[in-house]
Amino acid sequence: MMKKIKRIFFLFMLCLAFSIIIFSFIAPKFAPNDPLVTDFQNVLREPTDKYPFGTDQVGRCIYSRILYGAKTTLSITFLLLGLVFLFGLIIGTIAGMIGGKVDTAIMRITDIILSFPDMVLAIAVVGMLGPGLVNTVLALSLIWWTKYARLSRVLVMSIKNREYIDAGRMAGGSPLKLITRYIFPNIISPLVVQLAIDIGSMMLAIAGLSFLGLGVQPPAPEWGNMLNEGRAYMQTAPWLLIYPGMAIFIVVCVFNVLGDTLRDVLDPKHI
Amino acid sequence: MKKYIFRRFLQVLLVILGATFLTFTLTYISPGDAAEILLTAHDTVPTEEVLERTREEMGLNDPFMLQYGRWLKGLSQGDLGISYRAKVPVMDVLAQRIPMTVKLSITALCFLVFFSLLLGILSAIYQNRFFDYIIRLLSFFGISIPSFWLGLLLIYWFVVKMRYFTITNPNELKSILLPAITLTIPLVGRYTRQIRASVLEELSQDYVLGARARGTKEIKIIFQHVLPNAIIGIITLFGMSIAALLSGTVIVENVFLWPGLGSMALEAIEYRDYPLLQGYVIFMSIVYVALNFVVEIVTQYLDPRVTIGAERKIK
Repeated sequence: MMKKIKRIFFLFMLCLAFSIIIFSFIAPKFAPNDPLVTDFQNVLREPTDKYPFGTDQVGRCIYSRILYGAKTTLSITFLLLGLVFLFGLIIGTIAGMIGGKVDTAIMRITDIILSFPDMVLAIAVVGMLGPGLVNTVLALSLIWWTKYARLSRVLVMSIKNREYIDAGRMAGGSPLKLITRYIFPNIISPLVVQLAIDIGSMMLAIAGLSFLGLGVQPPAPEWGNMLNEGRAYMQTAPWLLIYPGMAIFIVVCVFNVLGDTLRDVLDPKHI
Repeated sequence: MKKYIFRRFLQVLLVILGATFLTFTLTYISPGDAAEILLTAHDTVPTEEVLERTREEMGLNDPFMLQYGRWLKGLSQGDLGISYRAKVPVMDVLAQRIPMTVKLSITALCFLVFFSLLLGILSAIYQNRFFDYIIRLLSFFGISIPSFWLGLLLIYWFVVKMRYFTITNPNELKSILLPAITLTIPLVGRYTRQIRASVLEELSQDYVLGARARGTKEIKIIFQHVLPNAIIGIITLFGMSIAALLSGTVIVENVFLWPGLGSMALEAIEYRDYPLLQGYVIFMSIVYVALNFVVEIVTQYLDPRVTIGAERKIK
């Protein structure tokens, strides 16, 4: 009974998450105003009919900027997660399958990357290579692939000596076939759970870097940099803070719930 | 045990060496011309001739490994170079900023330990009752809230609206409260959940059943039986929080204009003050690795089971 409720709840969250993703891509169609057009007649206006969430310091429509920002945030998040997932999976599988010196070398590299608190390394990379979207993606991928590499390595090592893998090998399966047909299907679910759990943290990392002025650069609308631009007007125009932050919070909440429920469904052993 | 510590220590040194290499490589491939940045920071528009001479003086024309070796040698003697902007040794700038960040992190760590233990244990005791649901909901919000937004909201509410705090004077005792809370809340969310899980796991053990059967009071069971058994996991957990705390300081210091290392790093980026940024990164990495090492040794010391396993692994 409990299990069924959990499944239904999971499906509900999955639909909600998908509708957020789809909505973010068609959102620009709903935007009442151009997110980049300034209107100096209407600077720091309170929410009105024309500007549902008010306007910012140069009279741009906050509501429209949030809608456009959704696309930016979500597409970077999924692009990044896809990158680090694939790269980590490949490297981790190589380390786990080959073992020995290759494994040690790969693990030492991940040790070095993990010897920095993640935000510190991200700041180092973006700071030295120069602020901007490309370097942000570079920095976050440099850090995050290690997580998936380590996880896939452990998972591969835990099953590579099972009988069915041996059976596959004896049946003449090539290493590539063994990996794609026998190993991946058996290690994929913990990896997907991890991926789902990480969506929220990845969004927060991107928005955080943009908030610090290192990620997505203004005037492009992004929730983090909107908060950064808006904070100077906190006293007179609090809506510059409230709405973009609320947008991040809600979307991150949805994806975090999704991650948690996915874990409950796929990995019931976990408390 | 001693042999194990020594071996781990060597590994830690190697990792730090790797970290210095990574940091130096990043600076090396950074697009800016160090000589030009240095000269422009001195408010002169350098000619090509001057630039070339400065490059030569700074050793920028030498091969990569030579430059790295020279830099590493300096680092081992505590010399991180001269800040382009402040024109004083990076070490001095760091020394000035470190106390502020340490103060903030330690306050936050105290909050973190206190609140996550309290909420985690309460949540486990009241499992699946109203109180538990409230705590779980709150910790979920804690995980999902962006720390910069939380900080801004706290400023808006307590500073702008209520005028209860000022954030202009970081030396005032109560001004540390808001930044420390902002730094703590997302972490409390995360660790409350994990402490709840580990306390629940202990509560399901047979010895708890035995203690209950003997009529031991629930509070005594928690403090005398469950916590001592769960403590190793909890210490490891707080050890892992170091990375998150150090990472978090950057954003929190930026939000609250807290003059610590995080703000310094962002200023360094703004003025392309690479030696200063390098110093920050290396310092943070060394602190992080060293603290992790200490936590590891402490947990080993407390838990004989882990030691046996680890020593077996060494052979």
